[in-house]
Amino acid sequence: MQPEMLIKLVVLLPLIGAAINGLGGLFVPALRNKEGLIGMIGTIMVLLPFLITVYLFIGFQGDAIISNAFTWMAAGDLTIGFDYRIDELSLLMTMIVTGVGSLIHLYSAGYMHGDDGYWRFFAYLNLFIFAMLNLVLGNNLVVLFLGWEGVGLCSYLLIGFWYKDRNNSKAASKAFIMNRIGDFAFLLAMFIIFREIGSLDFDAVLTDGLTMSQGSITATVLLLFIGATGKSAQIPLFTWLPDAMAGPTPVSALIHAATMVTSGLYLLARLSPLVLMAPGVMTVIAIVGAVTALVAATIAITQNDIKKVLAYSTVSQLGYMFLATGVGAFYVAIFHVMTHAFFKGCLFLGSGSVIHGMHEVEHELEHDGHGHHLDPQDMRTMGGLKKFMPATRMTFLISTLAIAGIPGLAGFFSKDEILFKAFEAGTHGIDVGLVVWVVGLITAFLTAVYMTRAYVLTFEGEPRWPHADKITPHESPWTMTVPLWVLAGMSVVGGYLGIPAVIAHGDLNWIHHWLAGEQGPVAEAAFEGHVALAVEWGLIALGSLIAIMGVWLGWRWYSKRGLSFDEKLAARFGGLYKLWQGKYFFDEAYDKTIVRPLIGGSIHGLAPFDKYVIDGLVNFTGFFTRGASFTLRYLQTGLVQSYAVAIVFGVVLLIWLMLF
Amino acid sequence: MDLSQAYSMMMTDLGATLFLLIVAVSGLVLVVFDAFKPRHVATPWIAGLALSAGFVIEMMSIGAPEGLAWYDMMRTGGSAAFVNSLVLGSGALSIILTVPYLKKIGHNIGEVYAMILFATVGMLVLGAANNLVTVFVGLETMSICLYILTGFVRSESGSTESALKYFLLGAFSTGFFLYGIALIYGATGSMEFGAIRIAAEQSAGVMFWGGVSLLLVGFLFKVSAAPFHMWTPDVYQGAPTTITGFMSTASKAAAFAALVVVLWKALPAERWADVLAVFAVITMVIGNVIALSQQNIKRMLAYSSIAHAGYVLVGLASGSQAGYSGALFYLMVYTIMNIGAFGVLALLEWDGKEGSEQTLESLAGVGYRKPFLGWTMAVFMFSLSGFPPLAGFLGKWAVFAPAIDADLVWLAIIGVLTSAVSAYYYLRVLVVFFMKPEGENSPMAEHSFDIPRSSAAVLIACVVLLVVFGVTTFALDVTSGFFAADTVTQFLG
Amino acid sequence: MLSDFIPFFIQLGIAVGLSFTLLKAAALIGPKRDNVIKMTSYESGMDPIGSARERYSVKFYLVAMIFIVFDVEIVFLYPWAVSFDEFIAAGAGPGVMAVVLFFVIILAIGLVYDIKKGGLEFD
Repeated sequence: MQPEMLIKLVVLLPLIGAAINGLGGLFVPALRNKEGLIGMIGTIMVLLPFLITVYLFIGFQGDAIISNAFTWMAAGDLTIGFDYRIDELSLLMTMIVTGVGSLIHLYSAGYMHGDDGYWRFFAYLNLFIFAMLNLVLGNNLVVLFLGWEGVGLCSYLLIGFWYKDRNNSKAASKAFIMNRIGDFAFLLAMFIIFREIGSLDFDAVLTDGLTMSQGSITATVLLLFIGATGKSAQIPLFTWLPDAMAGPTPVSALIHAATMVTSGLYLLARLSPLVLMAPGVMTVIAIVGAVTALVAATIAITQNDIKKVLAYSTVSQLGYMFLATGVGAFYVAIFHVMTHAFFKGCLFLGSGSVIHGMHEVEHELEHDGHGHHLDPQDMRTMGGLKKFMPATRMTFLISTLAIAGIPGLAGFFSKDEILFKAFEAGTHGIDVGLVVWVVGLITAFLTAVYMTRAYVLTFEGEPRWPHADKITPHESPWTMTVPLWVLAGMSVVGGYLGIPAVIAHGDLNWIHHWLAGEQGPVAEAAFEGHVALAVEWGLIALGSLIAIMGVWLGWRWYSKRGLSFDEKLAARFGGLYKLWQGKYFFDEAYDKTIVRPLIGGSIHGLAPFDKYVIDGLVNFTGFFTRGASFTLRYLQTGLVQSYAVAIVFGVVLLIWLMLF
Repeated sequence: MDLSQAYSMMMTDLGATLFLLIVAVSGLVLVVFDAFKPRHVATPWIAGLALSAGFVIEMMSIGAPEGLAWYDMMRTGGSAAFVNSLVLGSGALSIILTVPYLKKIGHNIGEVYAMILFATVGMLVLGAANNLVTVFVGLETMSICLYILTGFVRSESGSTESALKYFLLGAFSTGFFLYGIALIYGATGSMEFGAIRIAAEQSAGVMFWGGVSLLLVGFLFKVSAAPFHMWTPDVYQGAPTTITGFMSTASKAAAFAALVVVLWKALPAERWADVLAVFAVITMVIGNVIALSQQNIKRMLAYSSIAHAGYVLVGLASGSQAGYSGALFYLMVYTIMNIGAFGVLALLEWDGKEGSEQTLESLAGVGYRKPFLGWTMAVFMFSLSGFPPLAGFLGKWAVFAPAIDADLVWLAIIGVLTSAVSAYYYLRVLVVFFMKPEGENSPMAEHSFDIPRSSAAVLIACVVLLVVFGVTTFALDVTSGFFAADTVTQFLG
Repeated sequence: MLSDFIPFFIQLGIAVGLSFTLLKAAALIGPKRDNVIKMTSYESGMDPIGSARERYSVKFYLVAMIFIVFDVEIVFLYPWAVSFDEFIAAGAGPGVMAVVLFFVIILAIGLVYDIKKGGLEFD
């Protein structure tokens, strides 16, 4: 079949799945209990697109293929078609989305077992995949934006999936509102582009768009970046992502780690030639990325909720990716998106498996009448799980080492490449490069420490939940462990797609050639001259050393002293530790400076205006009209004579009007 | 006159007005049939089939070019066919709704069907008239039958009272109408539309315009425009509900259609536009404002019907092809909406007085007890208040837009404002239907409401038509084809 | 134009003159033996003294209406009968005959309906 046809199928299948599960569940209540069927439909509708994408990937010739589904709107100069674009970047992103997506669908089939909203969950999840595919496959900014909004909507629906708990609904609303701020900036950027060049197709934006005035380009890129900070959880719009952990864990893995949050990076990579034209904004991006990485990493050290640790870790890693974007290494950012999708997906799913097991413990505790309330996500009540959940432990360990950057695993390659690119930029006249490089190194160390901490507290040592001698968790079913093993495997081998340039002069760096080769869609900052080979080796050694140090220290501290080491940290760092624990008080600051003034202003300013002026006007109109009605009603006396008088009056009026 | 041609011409004309013949003869047959077999089950069937047959015939000739029949007394094809279809369709639907209704109120009188047929004959003559005499004959045939239909429930004083009022005031206005015809004849020497116009364009004095004024009085009375509307609330409230539905739609459509043709063909395009605009304003304001304070739902719909006459007058006041076609389109939409609304009311009656004392409040909670009636009523109310995408919206657009083109922006603004007011009382019906709890002593609890399948089918058909005409514009294209400029010249030539 | 109406005026004169002459002649020539009944004014058989708002039997109206219908029928039929020869000469005789028959049948239907509904039954 033609690629043009196949790509439509790729986009359409998840939508069909969403329609089947959603409408079927909505209108045929009997179907809601058929968990096997629902899960199978949901998984297959993502797996098939993955297989098709692999087929397309293998047969890809190097020229972008554009497939027009239909022309959506044509108004004046503006013609917007539902065009899908197949090129190196979109193929890679589609494979990540559908590949990781189908694994997480399979995982969810086990994880969500017994939930009332099973059908709803799979419908939303498939809908999310559909929106995400529109985002990465769209050939113009409008389709991309539709996908962008679609994933935001699905994220909202899934964060608030257990909507009966008010906190979940609040978290969902928070995510949605914060995203809206970014979306508004994105929209403004689209308006500027359309005003300047009259088209929103990528081909036009990346040719005509480059000839815009410097001011327009700077404004556009800055607005696009603000849009990206909303979706990809960067300072200052990152606080929604930790709250978004209120959703089911597969959702956290799929949306808030592997796919949706990376769409900001995708956007910047897709428009990379344009971004490169705005060096000032790139500096901002690099700094924001570095600061976010550091801030989130420090917060992660102090968190006790296993999902919160992973959430801040995600924010931190996304900061890394923006750091790479800021120094012009767009393909490395996408490389890290990919490896991050593997190991962070695995970590989240592993945490889900742990939570699954701890739920069991919680249930049995309640069942036996011990009356203990147990938070199944709190690491302080875990420990020693490696005995009970070997598969989960093994995969969690592998991906922990991968994210920490232990040499040979996936995280090492992508992280090292980012740090190297920052260093390269720093030594080639971009001063900020060295600063962010140093920040990156510190963050790398912190990452290794807090991930090791999370692993040790969860799996090593002795069990810390009550009655641990009698009540024990069990390993999760195969539908959950198979995805874990697959992702763990990818976390090991995924990095070899981007072997550093020191080996074979970069000829083995496949992802570089694929994305940023001569015909590739992703541009990169070009520098005169090379970093010396020895320096590069040195940097690799330094990165490895820091990672190994971090893991080793974390292991020593936490396996020996366990939880008490946190207290020691708190004592040593004092106020700083409180700042980390309090998440730098971003939420409180927003609450004081923005939320409360807004609410107060509307209570004291707008509400009275609305009540007395607007409503008053409306009420007066209604009151007057009704009054007139009740008065005029008395004209209708019921007497034929008075009716006749009215007619005569009308006749006189009519004749007078007609004749004079 | 060549007498040798008289016979063959007559046969041709009979063919052209076959629909009229079918309905009239069926009416006569029904009268005799009912005299020998009272309350026979076949009576409504005969009536319904006659109207349906006529409807089919006229639907097929909607696209036909305009023609004349019966020594230029009547028009065929073109807009006449459209109006005839409308009247016949409305009659057929009303008969379907009337059958169970008559059984329910215990007055299953066969003559009702004959009278509906005869009234339809009058409307057909009226809508297809090409001569003031024909207009008059049609108008009177229709009116007399409607007087009888209003009052056929003789045991009910409200019904009788309204029939007498209708008759007295109708006779009163007929006097003006006839006198107007006489004056126009005196001024122009003709009663045939085209000839009147030719004569009036050469010289039109006080006598002519005075005659036109009195003629308009008759028309405005029949379409219940203010201040000639006073009979409407009493009569609509007093008449049996399905008859109200028939009378408020078909007779209004026919009278308006005749008025459109008179304005278009018989009168020079001057003077009357502003007059109609003034009456449109009075009508819209009075209709919509007084409707606000009505408690009886039938009476409320009567005022709403007055208001809708005002909207149609807005289209006529623009005096353009678009205005006329918009008015015809609006009449069609209005017919569908009102038949549906009165159909729902007919099913919801339990006061034993044909709904003449049934208040809005007593209908609380109907939407839950009978969701079908609730939802169809919601469609009719939304359409009446002009919500897109229902046909009521497109209809309002079709009459207001030409007014703006004709520099009557103020008129269109008043129209839109008053129709905004109307949303209040239409939506109040739905509020009562869906948001008020059923009263403890609600008669609903004691009455079982079976919805006959035939009635349900009519309501569904009305809903579907409203949606179809709301989202497609082909009907509007059809009506605007009737008033294309070349039709006028061909006619005058 | 006015001269066309001369026969009409002549007939009018004869009608008025004849009735006036006859009435006057009777008054002059006839014997006068008055009594109460005779002196009462003639009101189509109704008692002229009493409330003017008296109720009449509805049969009275039914008969009157039927009478008028057939009265008017004569007005239509007479000119038709007079000019029927011309229709026959023009070859349209059967058709015009059919039309008039249709007209008469309509009236007959009304009569049938009236009889069937008991409009002519006095009791």
